[in-house]
Amino acid sequence: MQTTIIRAERVEKYYAQPSENRIQVISPTDLSIVPGEIVALLGPSGSGKSTLLRMLTGLSAPSAGQVYWHEQPIASADVNVSIVFQSFALFPWLTVFENVEAPLKARGMEPAERRKRTIKILDTVGLDGFQAAYPKELSGGMRQRVGFARALVVEPEVLFMDEPFSALDVLTAENLRSELLELWQKKTIPTQAIFLVTHNIEEAVLLADRIIVLGRNPGHVRTDFKVALQHPRDRKATAFTQLVDYIYKVLTQPDAQPPELPQTPTGKRVRDQRQMHYQMLPHARPGGIAGLLELVLDHHGKDDIYRLADDLAFEIDDLLPIVDAAQLLGFLTVTEGDAAITATGAEYANSEILRQKQLFRTAAVTNVLLLRQIVRAIEAKSDRTVPEEFFHDMLDEQFSEEETLRQLETAINWGRYAELFDFDASRRRFIQSAKLQQEIDAHSNAEVDA
Amino acid sequence: MIQLPDSFSYIRGRETLARAQVLKRSWPFMLDLCVAAIGLACFYGVVVIAKYWFGHSEPEIVISQSPRALPLYAFYSVVRIGLAYLLSLVFAVGYGYLAAYNKRLEALMIAGLDILQSIPVLSFLPGVMLAMVALFPTRQIGVEMGAILLIFTGQVWNMAFSFYSSIKSIPRELSEAANIYRFSRLQRLVQLELPYAAIGLVWNSMVSVAGGWFFLMACEMFVLGPRDFRLPGLGSYLQTAAGTGNGVAIAWGLLAMVSIIVATDQFIWRPIIAWSDKFKFEQVESKARIKSPLLHLVQNSTALRSLGRLTTAPLSETLYRRYAQERQQRLAQSSSGSTSRPGSPWLRVLISVLAVVVVSYAAFHALGLLREVRFAQFKEILKGALATFLRVNVSLLLAAAWTIPAGVAIGFHPRLARIAQPIAQIAASVPATALFPVILLALIRVGGGLGIGSIALMMLGTQWYILFNVIAGAMAIPSDLREVATLFRFTTVQRWKTVILPGIFPFLITGMVTASGGAWNASIIAEYFRLKNQTLQTVGLGAQISAATDSGQFQILLLATMVMALMVVTINRLVWRPLYRLAGTRYKLEG
Ligand SMILES: Nc1ncnc2c1ncn2[C@@H]1O[C@H](COP(=O)(O)OP(=O)(O)O)[C@@H](O)[C@H]1O
Ligand SMILES: [Mg+2]
Repeated sequence: MQTTIIRAERVEKYYAQPSENRIQVISPTDLSIVPGEIVALLGPSGSGKSTLLRMLTGLSAPSAGQVYWHEQPIASADVNVSIVFQSFALFPWLTVFENVEAPLKARGMEPAERRKRTIKILDTVGLDGFQAAYPKELSGGMRQRVGFARALVVEPEVLFMDEPFSALDVLTAENLRSELLELWQKKTIPTQAIFLVTHNIEEAVLLADRIIVLGRNPGHVRTDFKVALQHPRDRKATAFTQLVDYIYKVLTQPDAQPPELPQTPTGKRVRDQRQMHYQMLPHARPGGIAGLLELVLDHHGKDDIYRLADDLAFEIDDLLPIVDAAQLLGFLTVTEGDAAITATGAEYANSEILRQKQLFRTAAVTNVLLLRQIVRAIEAKSDRTVPEEFFHDMLDEQFSEEETLRQLETAINWGRYAELFDFDASRRRFIQSAKLQQEIDAHSNAEVDA
Repeated sequence: MIQLPDSFSYIRGRETLARAQVLKRSWPFMLDLCVAAIGLACFYGVVVIAKYWFGHSEPEIVISQSPRALPLYAFYSVVRIGLAYLLSLVFAVGYGYLAAYNKRLEALMIAGLDILQSIPVLSFLPGVMLAMVALFPTRQIGVEMGAILLIFTGQVWNMAFSFYSSIKSIPRELSEAANIYRFSRLQRLVQLELPYAAIGLVWNSMVSVAGGWFFLMACEMFVLGPRDFRLPGLGSYLQTAAGTGNGVAIAWGLLAMVSIIVATDQFIWRPIIAWSDKFKFEQVESKARIKSPLLHLVQNSTALRSLGRLTTAPLSETLYRRYAQERQQRLAQSSSGSTSRPGSPWLRVLISVLAVVVVSYAAFHALGLLREVRFAQFKEILKGALATFLRVNVSLLLAAAWTIPAGVAIGFHPRLARIAQPIAQIAASVPATALFPVILLALIRVGGGLGIGSIALMMLGTQWYILFNVIAGAMAIPSDLREVATLFRFTTVQRWKTVILPGIFPFLITGMVTASGGAWNASIIAEYFRLKNQTLQTVGLGAQISAATDSGQFQILLLATMVMALMVVTINRLVWRPLYRLAGTRYKLEG
């Protein structure tokens, strides 16, 4: 058996909330990194990929569990890893040379040796001639080359990368990826293992020897498998597309649902208040949902999500929330990576705007607990307004602060579109929508007349 | 990176090229010569200062009114400001650093900053002076130190806060890069924290130094009961000149003041701003940059560079190596299981207990002082507080009344801005306290009392904050918004209500907050002034503070200062902060 370099044993991560709740971001997870592998960690955004990476590097301590570096607790070990960041994380006030030299300086290396090594690595990544330039004079691709040079100059045993190509345009990213692969395969760099975090499925299949897919709420490993494709890998090959398709299926499979609750004779569901849990609202705009549904209709009402993404030139992170939202509202069903439009979905896609709003309103109130609660709360109050804070506190028990804010933002967005309610941003209060108010007034007037 | 077009180098023959070479080679020599001259000048300055500090043992300093004495006086004032500034810089960095990294002290230190920023510094003047005179062997040095300490307390807090908030806002990935690449504390400070904080520190330094002039002018010459403290400097020169009604001397003094401020701007701030440009945390290179020949000189001097190579470089190499070794040792130790912690918990407990005891002892005695205040005096103080409150707000309103239309006009008309802005900047940079005696003299001539005069004096120092902010706000209103107003033929009232006022609102609030703080502080000088051996005063909190200072009634001084600090803090919390929040949410114009 190979010696593992880094081994995580039942690591967990909690973040403390302002309201003294703790939100679990990573549920107990085992993971190890062995020599000779490129590992890709895939998952939707917010699933805890970066959090896991930071625990594996020793940058942040796990809330429970332990990370070992060559079987020694990582906090007290002489860890030799590097990170390439999505935002490059270069020091803008240092030249390219000084940026790359800084880690060597931190290790107390002699100036002459430092210089030699820095120049050599700049040469390797194709940056000779740029030593005296400042990062802001460089293009994005060149900047990330500096990021790579800085990471490689210390000859790390494990090279970590957190979405290193996400901020680059497609061609630049492709170019850098293949150069990195070449360095790795020709063993130009003494790095033992590479750990790549990405949300780009093709990128993972293109580079990795092993792929780990992370699910969310809280983050957990969905699958972990080896990729046996030969390098160089051909994006058009059947084996390649099959693998990509498989990962799409894993990512779009709805999480296990709780069993159906008993039904009352009226057909309305009885809900146990204690079991009430907010669904995670996908952060999609109503306009985006309509657009997707129209596209599915164009594809004869049913198609591979993979192909839809391709058609839209969307990355999985852009498309998934929209698919999730359409599914949540009952406009779309997803099975085995295929999206099929429902009857209401088709009607929604074909209607004009007022009818669309009506359909959306019905779907939202039926399917989204948070929206239903907001509407009820407004109705229950005599002044027809409810502070946002009230829902913030309830969501806070279930989501991280950041996510809570995003959930509210999406709910406000949907509610305004569906004219379920309005939101007064300066007072941070939900108020009854003008339209609803009119309808109610008309109704009560009619009653008085009668 | 400048590349000349090919034809350009072709036209230039070989001989001109050779001449250019000579010039190129001789330039560094010239630069070195300049640097050497500056070095010599600095040395001479130190000698002069030392001579004055240790030579003057005679208690009575006579302030000459001859213009020939002015250069030396100006030099003394500049040195005072400079020393106080350096002290502030070091302290601010230390304070901000500690607050940012010590979780236990953070909340306390930041609350402290908030309060210290709102306390009227001038009310400390007497206490500080007396303490310093008692502490130092010769009285002159004591007064000198007192002045420096006072300027320091006036300028340090905003810098400390700026450094603290810069550290706190360092992007997460940048900080993680420093961690993963094992930066030591020193390397972190030099390569991450200081550069990241540099721009904020530079701008706050400019504000601080301007504030420093304000205080210096006030404390170079002041009276405490029977004692008369004076320091040779620009402030005392102006006050003496105003006291004797010497118009020529006043004109010379003001001229010196303005030239110092223009020179500081040209020879210190411009090079520093140009240099700090490289610390901008932006991803694209900005087009418009401030250039400075002086910076060019310093950066291209071979002498300075080799000086650096000989001194700082070996030092930093040694330090970095030491830190790296220490880290290795620490790791070896912790992996072998021995966990010896430096600094026993007992010591820490002892220090905390000691600090608590000392603080409570002093606080208890200060409160004991308050028992001596009689009820009638307390009522007087409250009455004064009300008067000063009204005066501060009237001055704010008056200032806003003329600066809003003027600022909007300047902001909307680039051609007007080109003429008006430099003039306003120079006018604004003359410390109001330097003009106080002059304006008072004029007021007395026309027969106005200090009641109205003090409002004018408060405005003098604070209106500029509002003006500059309004100009910035008007410039920030997108031109398409203005065009819409024109397109739909908005009436003037409509334009102001829907476009201009909401657009400048956040800026206006920022200006008013600063101006309000400044006006409270100015009240201490503005409501009570000694001129030509007579004391002018009016009812007010500031006047009570100054009067208590003059007569040595420390209990009243303490109470009045507390009342003023309390009022400033309360107004900030109840009025300005909510307005600020409103400005940040509803009236934010996002580009
Ligand atoms: N410092 C933090 N405090 C609180 N919550 C955090 C913090 N860092 C991350 N989170 C939360 O943890 C979750 C996972 O974040 P992250 O690891 O960055 O996900 P990913 O990299 O997969 O997009 C997110 O919901 C985020 O809001
Ligand atoms: Mg991430």
